[in-house]
Amino acid sequence: MLGTILSILPTTVLPFRRNESVPDQPTVLTFEQVEELGRELDDLRARTVAKLGDEDREYIYKIIKAQRGLEITGRALMYLPFLPPAWLAGVGALGVAKILDNMEIGHNVMHGQYDWMREPGLNSQVFEWDTVCPAEQWKHSHNYMHHTFTNIVGMDRDIGYGILRMDQDQKWNPYYLGNPVYAFLLMTFFEWGVMLHDLETENIVAGKRKWHDVKPLLQGMWRKAGKQALKDYVILPALTGPFFVSTVVGNVAANLIRNVWSYSIIFCGHFPTGVQTFSQEETAEETRGEWYVRQMLGSANIEGSPLFHIMSGNLSHQIEHHLFPDLPAHRYPQIAPEVKALCEKYDLPYNTGGFFHQIGTVWGKIFKLALPNSLTGSAAPAGVIVERKKTSAA
Amino acid sequence: MTLQERPSRTSGSRKFSLLSLFEAMATPHALDRYLELVDPMTTVRDLRGEVTEIHRSTEDSLTLVIRPTRQWKGFDAGQFVQIGVVIDGVRHTRCYSPACSQYRRDGRIELTIKAHPEGLVSRYLHKNAHIGLVVSLSQADGTFRLPTPRPAKTLLISGGSGITPVLSMLRSLLDEGYGSDLTFLHYAFTENDVAYKKDLEKIAAEHENVNIVFAYTEQKTGGDLHGFFGREHLDAVAPWFADADTFLCGPPGLMKGVTSFFEDAGLSERLHLEEFTPSFATVSDDVTGTTTFSGSDVSSENDGETLLEQAEAAGLSPANGCRMGICFTCTSVKKSGCTKNIKTGETDTESDKKIQLCVSVAVGDVDIDI
Repeated sequence: MLGTILSILPTTVLPFRRNESVPDQPTVLTFEQVEELGRELDDLRARTVAKLGDEDREYIYKIIKAQRGLEITGRALMYLPFLPPAWLAGVGALGVAKILDNMEIGHNVMHGQYDWMREPGLNSQVFEWDTVCPAEQWKHSHNYMHHTFTNIVGMDRDIGYGILRMDQDQKWNPYYLGNPVYAFLLMTFFEWGVMLHDLETENIVAGKRKWHDVKPLLQGMWRKAGKQALKDYVILPALTGPFFVSTVVGNVAANLIRNVWSYSIIFCGHFPTGVQTFSQEETAEETRGEWYVRQMLGSANIEGSPLFHIMSGNLSHQIEHHLFPDLPAHRYPQIAPEVKALCEKYDLPYNTGGFFHQIGTVWGKIFKLALPNSLTGSAAPAGVIVERKKTSAA
Repeated sequence: MTLQERPSRTSGSRKFSLLSLFEAMATPHALDRYLELVDPMTTVRDLRGEVTEIHRSTEDSLTLVIRPTRQWKGFDAGQFVQIGVVIDGVRHTRCYSPACSQYRRDGRIELTIKAHPEGLVSRYLHKNAHIGLVVSLSQADGTFRLPTPRPAKTLLISGGSGITPVLSMLRSLLDEGYGSDLTFLHYAFTENDVAYKKDLEKIAAEHENVNIVFAYTEQKTGGDLHGFFGREHLDAVAPWFADADTFLCGPPGLMKGVTSFFEDAGLSERLHLEEFTPSFATVSDDVTGTTTFSGSDVSSENDGETLLEQAEAAGLSPANGCRMGICFTCTSVKKSGCTKNIKTGETDTESDKKIQLCVSVAVGDVDIDI
């Protein structure tokens, strides 16, 4: 496995400018086309919603059962540190359990994808996930800020999370020379980064956020992170008695596995080459159709097996997820062919690729944007020009 | 109040700390989210019930005996519980009043459910209820209860499936050894529609102070009375009604007839009632405007349906329970606009006010924060 990764990395990381998805001549989408596309996507959504029922309920409970089983197995194998293969399998099982909990279950439930089931335990308003970030804060920064203002530079704080330079339109300064280092640290401590995200540290530094804005957030983090740390680093290790230290190590490792994996999948969602960003001016007063187009152009998919899609929380179907964030995620693979066909119909890019290709271009961008635009060349022109209402009215 | 309350645990603090240790291990998920995957009836906090007996006393009525989990705190006769079942992936809850005595020895709950042609949950239960079915359950609620001390004389009036809460009152009073005059006046279409006929006849035979009266509205012979409620019925079976407390539950026609009679007689304060049928009234003259659900950024044309139905038609899934203005599960904040409560007919123009979506219709533009 490691050999495969190493053999693929150099070829995918090095060519920074693999912009196959950006044609020489930009596609121009008229206002009427945008609205027609919007209607077709609304129709796709309505047809999918009409199908929701027992099948979706059984699916999510099957995933929850698997997650609980892996979690308990992982915790139990921590009692066997003297059998290294068993202990390592336990770390792996716990890591996978945390990935399922956070991605295919937590992320998706908190999007309200299963609210229609009216099941109190799977309601977006009350669900909590196995990570240090409080659900309430994450829902604000993710469901509201990121999904509403996706890829609008200056509004979508997921562009670089306030610490990285992930778009050429973000003004360069010498701080960004450390871009790859910050990215590596964010990957390693991803759950803590996600937790701190809603604080908007850069706005505190800039003096735009005051103590009374931040205090309730910090209190929420302290409560949630405290419980998580108590569970993973005190109670469960203590219950393994003489194996306290090895259990702490195992739990840290499981959290690390989850951090690296979720960081990698999430960074493939919006940062691969070819994904478009937008300005606040052009996206002011968008229609529903224009919002849809921005979501399509601002997201990228990852190709993979059904198991890979489950392990990524179906965020490997980031395009479908951003079009319909509240549809049960396991429906995304089913509707993807229709979304792709619509992209072809309107000559829009449908940004997808294998995992190593997508993550390779992401790391390429992280390294490249550490340097000012004067050294790396100006931004690639937008692949798609969207005719907005105001221009069509003029 | 109830006899089912368990004695407080002597080792409460020790059990509590063990429970909190388990809960700390399961955080952020509730322990019940783990246990339910193994056995839904093993819960540490959630209240659920398992169907242990099924009877069908008439063609369209189904009686379920439900064993609640240990969290059940019992009920007062006349109160209701919410039952939740999963139909095509969606958990639907409805309110039902137990028909058994509040002192039932085994602590189980007896529900009699009439199949309504348009009742999603009742039709589902009629078709799918089986021994071992686990349903979600709420603690008992509702203000339709017997006063303490008990009334000097008691008149219980019911119609159709409204029999259940007043039958519970009758059974509970008898378990208490109630010895004063008690008339149980029940309205049904025909004798074949009376769900508890044999039980009631047995009670009548065993208790001298109890007068069980069957009134049939679509059957000219048999029974004790015929036709719809009227003063002559009371004169015949409970001439002392002015000195009694009266408890009433039935379909809208009966409710209206009895309440207006008691109002005219100046006895409204002695009449206690439970409206158990959903109100479908549409305010036909005021169906205008746009209904906005600003919490979800969704809006729709006001079609005169209740705000709960409009929200669901717009693709939202607000929490709800009884869908008839009883349980307050669907209570949400109306940010602006005028709404009308179809149960009371009251209109409300106050902003930022909590309203019950299931019994409120919009009068013009309305903004709901869901």
